[in-house]
Amino acid sequence: MENQLYLSSSPHIHSGETTDKVMRKVIYALLPATALSIYFFGLPALSVLLICTLGCMGFEALSCKLMKKPIALADGSAALTGILLALNMPPSSPWWLALFGAAIAILIGKQVYGGLGYNPFNPALVARVVLLISFPVQMTSWTSPAPLGSGLDAITTATPLGEMQTAVMLTGKLPELAHSGFLDYLTGNMAGSLGEVSAIALLLGGLYLLWKRVISWHIPVAFIGTVLVIGAIFWAVSPEKYPNPLFHLLTGGLLLGALFMATDMVTSPVTNKGMLIFGFGCGLLTVLIRLFGGYPEGVSFAILLMNAATPLIDRFCRPKIYGQAEAKA
Amino acid sequence: MNPKTMDLKTFKGGLHPPDGKEFSADKAIEICPLPEELIIPLAQHIGAPAVACVEVGAKVKKGSLIANARGFVSAPIHASTSGEVIAIEPRPHPMGKALPAIVIRPDGADSWDESLKSANPGDLTAEELKACIQAAGIVGMGGATFPTHVKLSPPADKQIDTLILNGVECEPYLTADHRMMLENTEQILDGIDILRKVLGIERAVIGIEANKPDAIETLRKEAALRNIEVQALEVKYPQGAEKQLIDAITGRQVPSGTLPMEVGVVVQNVGTAAAISAAVRLGRPLVERVVTITGPGIKDPKNLLVRIGTPLQFLVDQCGGLNGEPAKIIMGGPMMGQTQLSLEPPAIRGTSGLLIFRKEDLPRYEAGPCIRCGRCIGACPIHLQPTTIAAYARLDLFDEAAEYHALDCIECGCCTYICPATLPLVQSIRYAKAAIMAKKRTL
Repeated sequence: MENQLYLSSSPHIHSGETTDKVMRKVIYALLPATALSIYFFGLPALSVLLICTLGCMGFEALSCKLMKKPIALADGSAALTGILLALNMPPSSPWWLALFGAAIAILIGKQVYGGLGYNPFNPALVARVVLLISFPVQMTSWTSPAPLGSGLDAITTATPLGEMQTAVMLTGKLPELAHSGFLDYLTGNMAGSLGEVSAIALLLGGLYLLWKRVISWHIPVAFIGTVLVIGAIFWAVSPEKYPNPLFHLLTGGLLLGALFMATDMVTSPVTNKGMLIFGFGCGLLTVLIRLFGGYPEGVSFAILLMNAATPLIDRFCRPKIYGQAEAKA
Repeated sequence: MNPKTMDLKTFKGGLHPPDGKEFSADKAIEICPLPEELIIPLAQHIGAPAVACVEVGAKVKKGSLIANARGFVSAPIHASTSGEVIAIEPRPHPMGKALPAIVIRPDGADSWDESLKSANPGDLTAEELKACIQAAGIVGMGGATFPTHVKLSPPADKQIDTLILNGVECEPYLTADHRMMLENTEQILDGIDILRKVLGIERAVIGIEANKPDAIETLRKEAALRNIEVQALEVKYPQGAEKQLIDAITGRQVPSGTLPMEVGVVVQNVGTAAAISAAVRLGRPLVERVVTITGPGIKDPKNLLVRIGTPLQFLVDQCGGLNGEPAKIIMGGPMMGQTQLSLEPPAIRGTSGLLIFRKEDLPRYEAGPCIRCGRCIGACPIHLQPTTIAAYARLDLFDEAAEYHALDCIECGCCTYICPATLPLVQSIRYAKAAIMAKKRTL
């Protein structure tokens, strides 16, 4: 009997919540947004999704093989990066753009640093920004939604944030769409990248993650709250020039970014206090880029910049340990 | 009383492992029969092992002194039944190796030593009571087995104002203290009165997790008459850890690297209080304790009143035997218990439970990279950064580990339990602690 006994030091039980289950829950949480993107943008969206996801998994397997490491597909992180990348791409992206994005995300965004857990920047966002800078035309050709079965053809158009920036630049005033159309923004009936269109679907997924305690409220609340508060201040000062904070919330990548990209555990701070600072920084940078920057959308840049600040934030937000204050006194 | 309506206190951090108490919570304490031989180790407490004062062939009675304490931080040991000393030799010990033990073959009469004198605690001074506790070999029965008389002897400059009784029993599966509180209520309260007299203080609080509403109700009824508070606590592991319990009940935090007396508190387990009452009122030394024999690997889980030195195999036999093939034998609970090499070692003073898991109860995971989820930080009841300390430990960077307060770790195991990457975090921290302590000693 003795030979079959396990000997180990305590604890002897585990919660059962392993990395692959965490990743799987995030993927489940993205399903509503993914499904709606396919509904609104049809087959092109599906193909971007498949190329990004399978591409990321392929590059992950390839790099593990080249580095003679065990192939780490089972943890689900490569598939998740692929889905997140796809949700950050325009539906009309050509196949090679999606594939190139997958290569950047996995090879440059993740594996050069040592793989899962070691990358300082969100891999999907690294890829999105590399593509945005390298292929500005393809990465900003947006199409209007053409829901499945509606018989509509997808036509090229601008995103609401893009239109706002152009109008403010040309006329100094907000366009009509900044004051109306909120129902469409809520359901996702607007131009944009695959995953940033439907506020309801994203919120549903975010609530699921909060409920399952995969993420905590700190980053999303700080991020979105900051955007709303600062957006509201500008709006109150000059409502004809700056949009309603709801417009900030429902258009562009704020919800996708705040709920799914900024909450990436690997690249965000580990303490609650650190997460609040991180979320605040993301929100501040987002509004500033949206209102005053060269790009109409600033969520990706904001998160990446705050990713860079994460080690510093962690250093300054070490938790106060039990009995420490008294020991010093 | 509905626990939800109670004012529940707690600490920051911790987690909720499945409690597993359903196996044995409603099983009344049964007296475990006499085994063929009792193996009574000389090392059963924190501090110096006791020194045998009997020889092979000696006839002893239940409660007879068989080993003297060596020094102040130590405890004497007594025979747990009447019979003959048949060997004094190394025997398998729960610590994992063979250690010196006095082996007694019972004569079956189980008769108490007549020289043991009962006393009325009211007639004794605080010093006499303390001497009585020391002579009876009372040690902390929650599992730490720290000699009780040492805890009751704070230096003159430390003002004690609160006695906390630990009835939390936050370790999953264990129900020994729960049953004690239900069935030995009077003895526990009597022990608390003796402790208050020894310490010369009034305030005593019994802390109990809200998952034992029957114990809370039973104790509240009786305790109110004696001016003893009963505080219901949130069900959360490790609520019963000394520092967390003190924080929850008094709002005071024991400064890093010091003892509870620093904040005017003494903590004793409820089982210890009952043992103190028996020692003073009946003159009976600590020769038996309640052990929860439980887990999916046991046919008929029970709470048994066990003579110290009863082999674990004998305890299993009293509980219908093994249920399936055992894969892990744990002395204590699943979070902090110690795995055993076999069922040969005996139950000792610190044995609160015997827990047996089968292979199918223990999924095995391959450790992966840390994904920086921060769950270990949220769960750590000391608010450490376990993953950071563990990372330094893996690189043998012990100064850095010490700077992140590795020595403050109470080894509750929350970090390892919650880690999605299934990293052995607390195990790495233990390694760092040992290295830091070794380095301190050589300086």
